Amino acid sequence: MSDTIVPGRWARFRDSYLLYSFKRDLIAQVSLVIFALLIFAAVFAPWLAPANPYDLAQIDILASELPPFWIDGADPAYLMGTDAQGRDLLSTILYGARVSLIIGFGAVLMQAVIGVSFGLMAGYLGGRVDAFLMRLADIQLSFSTLMVAIIVGALVKAIFGGATFSEYAVPLLVLIIGLAEWPQYARTVRASVLAERSKEYVDAARVMGLKSRRIMFRHILPNTLSPIFVISTVQVANAIISEAALSFLGLGMPETHPSLGSLIKSGFDYIQSGSWWITLIPGAVLVILVLVINLLGDWLRDVLNPRLYKG
Amino acid sequence: MALLEVNNLDVRFALRGGDVRALRDVCFTLDRGERLGIVGESGAGKSVAAFSLLNLIAKPGYIAGGSIIFDGKELSGMKDRGLRRVRGNRISMIFQDPMMTLNPVLSIGEQMVESLKAHRRISTREARAIALHKLNQVQIPSPETRLDQYPHELSGGMRQRVIIAIALLLDPDIIIADEPTTALDVTIQAEIMDLLLELCDKHNVGLVLITHDLGVVSQVTQRMLVMYAGRVIEQGPTREIINGPQHPYTQGLINALPQMATPGSRLNQIPGSMPSLSNLPSGCAFHPRCGFVNDANGAPRKACLDKVPGFVDSGNCRVACHMVAELVNQQQRDSREEVL
Amino acid sequence: MIAFLIKRLFHAFLVMFVISVISFAIQDNLGDPIQQMVGQSVPESERAELREELGLNDPFFVQYLRFAKNAAQFDFGYSYIFNEPTTEVIMRHLPATLELVAATTLLIVLLSVPIGVYSAIKPRAWLSRAFMGVSIVGISIPVFLTAIVLIQLFAIGVEVTPFPVDTAWGAWLNDLLSTDGGMPAYGRGNPVNVFGTWDTNFSSLEGLTYLVLPAISLASIMLPLFIRLIRAEMLEVLQSEYVKFARAKGISLRRIYFVHALKNTMLPVITVGGVQIGTLVAYTILTETVFQWPGMGLMFLDAIERSDIPLIVTYLMIVGLIFVITNTLVDLIYGLVNPTVKLTGKPA
Repeated sequence: MSDTIVPGRWARFRDSYLLYSFKRDLIAQVSLVIFALLIFAAVFAPWLAPANPYDLAQIDILASELPPFWIDGADPAYLMGTDAQGRDLLSTILYGARVSLIIGFGAVLMQAVIGVSFGLMAGYLGGRVDAFLMRLADIQLSFSTLMVAIIVGALVKAIFGGATFSEYAVPLLVLIIGLAEWPQYARTVRASVLAERSKEYVDAARVMGLKSRRIMFRHILPNTLSPIFVISTVQVANAIISEAALSFLGLGMPETHPSLGSLIKSGFDYIQSGSWWITLIPGAVLVILVLVINLLGDWLRDVLNPRLYKG
Repeated sequence: MALLEVNNLDVRFALRGGDVRALRDVCFTLDRGERLGIVGESGAGKSVAAFSLLNLIAKPGYIAGGSIIFDGKELSGMKDRGLRRVRGNRISMIFQDPMMTLNPVLSIGEQMVESLKAHRRISTREARAIALHKLNQVQIPSPETRLDQYPHELSGGMRQRVIIAIALLLDPDIIIADEPTTALDVTIQAEIMDLLLELCDKHNVGLVLITHDLGVVSQVTQRMLVMYAGRVIEQGPTREIINGPQHPYTQGLINALPQMATPGSRLNQIPGSMPSLSNLPSGCAFHPRCGFVNDANGAPRKACLDKVPGFVDSGNCRVACHMVAELVNQQQRDSREEVL
Repeated sequence: MIAFLIKRLFHAFLVMFVISVISFAIQDNLGDPIQQMVGQSVPESERAELREELGLNDPFFVQYLRFAKNAAQFDFGYSYIFNEPTTEVIMRHLPATLELVAATTLLIVLLSVPIGVYSAIKPRAWLSRAFMGVSIVGISIPVFLTAIVLIQLFAIGVEVTPFPVDTAWGAWLNDLLSTDGGMPAYGRGNPVNVFGTWDTNFSSLEGLTYLVLPAISLASIMLPLFIRLIRAEMLEVLQSEYVKFARAKGISLRRIYFVHALKNTMLPVITVGGVQIGTLVAYTILTETVFQWPGMGLMFLDAIERSDIPLIVTYLMIVGLIFVITNTLVDLIYGLVNPTVKLTGKPA
């Protein structure tokens, strides 16, 4: 049967409303192109970047705070200028975007795993489990995800100490942001589970004597994928911003292994001396990255959920 | 001259794929104190007709042509400011679902007083007195307390009474009631309908009653329109249409009433369903479902497939059907031959 | 009313309980009061004695009760860095944050309602589209970056010369595109002391200039959210049957928009507003860091940096308390605005 499905799938995609509306939406197209370029640049940073910012031997302290190419006094060897330590800014940005994206996607994966399992449990089991998990989600959300991330980040840093924290910053940040933002997933999944659970096919599965875990993962979960998909785009943008905020507060990536957020932080100290590019160029990259993800998310939400208004 | 005269009303919805005609060639009149029924399946354009009278159709709908003359004035091209003086004042409306019609965050009193103050220069105290009087007329228990209550504190039936009171608040000339009892419990439907009719009679208010319930129309109205796919396909005195429907669709509707079925057997039904307005069949919109589409030779009548039927006067009724037109022509020829 | 209040208070109490357990766990595991009291030089035997004396060897539960009892009296111990009761440190930093939040809230309320309502009433107008476009960009810019851009533009100043400098029109256009800078961007300046411990920036024009950039930064992240929310809710309300009915009654559009629709629109907005208070506090930490605004956020970061556990714990408890109080207030306001919530004992 599978040999008939493969071309069928492609045909279905080609004729789908998703592709149709994508072809008509210029903003979505431009966003996707920019997003793809950024991903490409981040993935291939080690090959694309002119210098390796992690390699101390390549750093020339005498070449610090050089401006980008369109300003007088620029050195053509450093297209986007250099930062206060003499690192090539273009290279640090490429490597930084890589770190930001890794943490962004990793954290979303983490929160999806936590959130989806809690949401399925709450929605399917109901009763005390539901009450407890949702109350927990409520409390966490009333504190806001960023606040929780800051507090958890502060605690994790206090427990591990600054040096260890810096060393394992990437997995720790994935954990911190994942712990802070799972309630969004849990709520969305729970809502769709409650909607799905009352439908007949679940009753049918139960009558057939299937175990509840199997019903949850094989029957209910696939039907909640569409909302999960939609919030995932927004959550990636949120996670990248959260990481940047934590790094900006000094609770994230160390300057020796910078993300976009820590680049902005380290550059901020030099803004008064006129070297605005060290902080604002990584800032612009961060904004563009988050903006295209948000625009794609908006488009996706409109397509998959036509009841919502276009905004 | 009639109080309300609608001629060739044409309402369209501007959609992405082009305009969809929701209403076309709609003509009817209403005299003072008269009761007119508009019947048809859902989607036939009954509600659009009702809302377009006061130009209340929601965007992207708009009135593309025709005239609506009320009390000698043309309403169809009128500015919002002018229409506002008519809305609720001379012509008021009753909506289908009383649970959705009243604003949940405003008290009953506020919603009645604002209506009065929009049209008359009176004090809040006077307005409340009038509101109270009207609430008494619709026989709401303890009307004084109702004024300060919110919609959620009232049952569906009570809310519809309040809405009738609001409709009557400014002693209008016409009330347009869009399925006023459909959303109510069956037990109180008759009660509310009787109340509405009694009050209209008492104040000599004209009533446009929109419903899919032929039974109610036959008992209550003097004249009726039958709508199909945005068009009035038959209109005339209610009694004549009920007793001798001429359009095949009207015949089907009446035949489908439960009391027309042989006890114990299935109810009669019209095969197929109403076409979507954006994709009407060619010729007569009803021809795919029509049992009379074939002529005497057993072949489909060409006109039915190609040509939108015009209106023919047959007796006191006006019908849009090629088959009826043929019969009428035949009759006229026969009678002419007799005279000769 | 009573039942509603009791329910709310119970919820508030539950939240405070959770926060206090977390806070205590932090203090218990991370803070070492002995270290704080006597320093490194004291021999281990004396430390053990002191530990016993202070009850640090008691079971977790007993210690928690002691902690909760003190917390109820706002006694959280001494700050390591300031060497004074943590509550006093907090009280000294609280006014700065509250004034920043007040100025921001004012901006949000004054701007979001008219813009949101306008873009719902005229969804196709170019101005509405512009507002929507700007707001999605606004949401995508992290608050600290907005703050940095504002500092560059209005505190430091930007001089650009894309047009020829030697012509009059070129100079004029260059001038138009450049900014002067000069706005204060660091700290609070010299706030005026009013009644006791409260220093205010609101009493003088000079004080207010210090508030401008931080308040705009903080508002920039929340404003788009509220504009989009108000617009979406209003659009939905305008489609409702009761708005149609109000139009059929012949009521003026202005009354329909601002009485019938706005009141219904504000119900969900109030709820979301309550939830956003937490986000606002989180963003104050970032804003205060950029502008060196001497509020609770900056103090909190300082406390983290120097591992001042008692101060961190006090901050958590106080911020938790503020959340709980404001959320309860928001629920009360919601109940007062929405007649379907039974606040009063009147029978339905």
